[in-house]
Amino acid sequence: MTAAEERTPRAPVLELRGITRNFGAVRALIDVDLTVHAGEIVALVGDNGAGKSTLVGVLSGLLPADGGEIRMDGAPVSVASPRRARTLGIAAVYQELALCDTMDLVDNLWLGQEPTRGGVIDEIEMERRTAELLRGLGVRIPPTRTTVAELSGGQRQIVAIARSLVADPRVLVLDEPTAALSATQSVEVLNLVERVRERGVAVVLVSHHIGDVLSIADRVAVLRLGRNAGEFRAAETTSEAIIAAIMGGGPSAAEPPQRAPTPLRRVEGSR
Amino acid sequence: MTREAVAPTMRSALAARLGAGGWSALPPLGLLAVVWIVFQIANPSFLSSANLVNLAMQSAATGLIALGVVFVLIVGQIDLSVGAVASLAGAIVGILFVGSGWPALAAVVVALVVAAGIGALYGLVVIRFRAPGFVVTLAGLLAVLGAQSWVLRGSGSIGLPVDSWLVTFAQQGYLPDAVAFALAGGGGLAWIAARIVTRARRRNAGLPHGRLWTILLGGGMLLAALLGAVWYLGLGRGVGAVFVVLLGAVILADIVLRRTRWGRSLHAVGGGEEAARRVGIRTGGVMISAFIVCSVLAAVGGILGTARLAAAVQGGATDDVYLTAIAAAVIGGTSLFGGRGSAWSALLGIVIITSLGSGFTLLALDSSTRLLITGAVLLAAVIVDSLARTRARRR
Repeated sequence: MTAAEERTPRAPVLELRGITRNFGAVRALIDVDLTVHAGEIVALVGDNGAGKSTLVGVLSGLLPADGGEIRMDGAPVSVASPRRARTLGIAAVYQELALCDTMDLVDNLWLGQEPTRGGVIDEIEMERRTAELLRGLGVRIPPTRTTVAELSGGQRQIVAIARSLVADPRVLVLDEPTAALSATQSVEVLNLVERVRERGVAVVLVSHHIGDVLSIADRVAVLRLGRNAGEFRAAETTSEAIIAAIMGGGPSAAEPPQRAPTPLRRVEGSR
Repeated sequence: MTREAVAPTMRSALAARLGAGGWSALPPLGLLAVVWIVFQIANPSFLSSANLVNLAMQSAATGLIALGVVFVLIVGQIDLSVGAVASLAGAIVGILFVGSGWPALAAVVVALVVAAGIGALYGLVVIRFRAPGFVVTLAGLLAVLGAQSWVLRGSGSIGLPVDSWLVTFAQQGYLPDAVAFALAGGGGLAWIAARIVTRARRRNAGLPHGRLWTILLGGGMLLAALLGAVWYLGLGRGVGAVFVVLLGAVILADIVLRRTRWGRSLHAVGGGEEAARRVGIRTGGVMISAFIVCSVLAAVGGILGTARLAAAVQGGATDDVYLTAIAAAVIGGTSLFGGRGSAWSALLGIVIITSLGSGFTLLALDSSTRLLITGAVLLAAVIVDSLARTRARRR
């Protein structure tokens, strides 16, 4: 990347402005902003109940926003359903319940978007493209016809992420991909997320592992009690500053959200 | 992460089927073999062509009902009312065809539409109120039985004219030898051709593909078995038309369940409803469609059964033959827990159950023995199914 490219402000792939979502009387999201560029990992952090999962729901169409605006490439869009989100190129991977246990890896990867040939599902095309996709991601996984119930937690997460890439999404939302994983498995998953960024996908990474976040994210957005509570460039911040913003109070929480262009540098290992 | 297999490899279809574990295709096939061998030893006329012809004819109606049950089991639901719906369909055909003098075909269509409505209602109640299908269809069973008695009020039973095409077809419809051989030979050759084309495409796509000789060997054996079966049944009265209807329905359902998006979505809803919802599958619609297919197939089975009896009888659903439809699907290898099942399990299960009935009849044992044994087999199937599920969940 040249310095000029780095400084050129490009239209962000995804832009949220003033997003609001209520559950009855509970205000889960209040006036939340978020911006993600292509080839960038934006981490979304916050305490339990900060609104992270709700925001994931808004992005994936499961919990459409009550107010505010979502823009893709600068144009306002409506993300009213998971189907709509997928059409727009937004893919989401959830912490739990993401896979169908009784189906094998290939079937899970293509569920809901199977290629057809003369009206019937083209399994050969599915397998060919699965092999291609997994090779491209450098994923090592047992035979493709293994039932996913037989896979480890890390492998399941990798399958879930790979599945979201089948449709060539522009935005990938990952909800706590490493929450239930061992250290080794977490590293495998995070490596995969970095390779996804290299493909030019805009990644929103929800996590409460500040270490993970700082090691792979480009920017860190903090939510607190349903509101924006600060935004940091991962390379220029510390876990203390982020934790302070998560907890509330402290000088960093008052910082206005940055509107910096994408830092395309790798920030591996900076913690 | 695993250290085995860097590149994804493909297991053969057979291995995948075996790998699915539990009460899948092989145990039911083994059970069928045991049942046949034991009865053949006990009574040498069991495997006579005459008895096998009867067995095929007896399997058809309940087999179609069991096929419908497979659809609801795959989405993780159950329909206890299939027997009642089958009886109601038979009663509707009886009252419209005989009572009101409608054309048989019109009466059949009305019965199927009513059944579809019942299935849609079940589905709507289940998804709208998140009510367990087991109780919804139990309520349906009672209500539908009531409706059936009401349809047949006064008469109690309606005899169908034995010279109507419906009855002739169900009772005496046999494929002409030439047609039967052509279907068996054509079917076997089509299977071989399809496998060879698939293998060529897999090879061109750079995917693991089986050896040509295994396809030819397997296909040759299938072809020989099909032609042999047609020949053997031909020593008796031949291949029953109603059995061909069942076989055709099973093959069609198998393709639909495995190779269409709708079929996949049925499996997905049963194996992980939340996962299905999140990839954009309309899970409610899928659930309703499964109930509709189940009720309609139950009606088809009921109409064939009524035609074979040449009579619609009040309370026909209490006939245990209809109740065994659910048992057949499970004994044949479809899981009660949703997500795992195959159209072939309906055929396999019903042939096993019908064989038990036929065998005990030949041995001059009454229905109590048959029911006891069928119950024990069902219990065994459920235990194996439950164990398989526990194993699959542990990871």
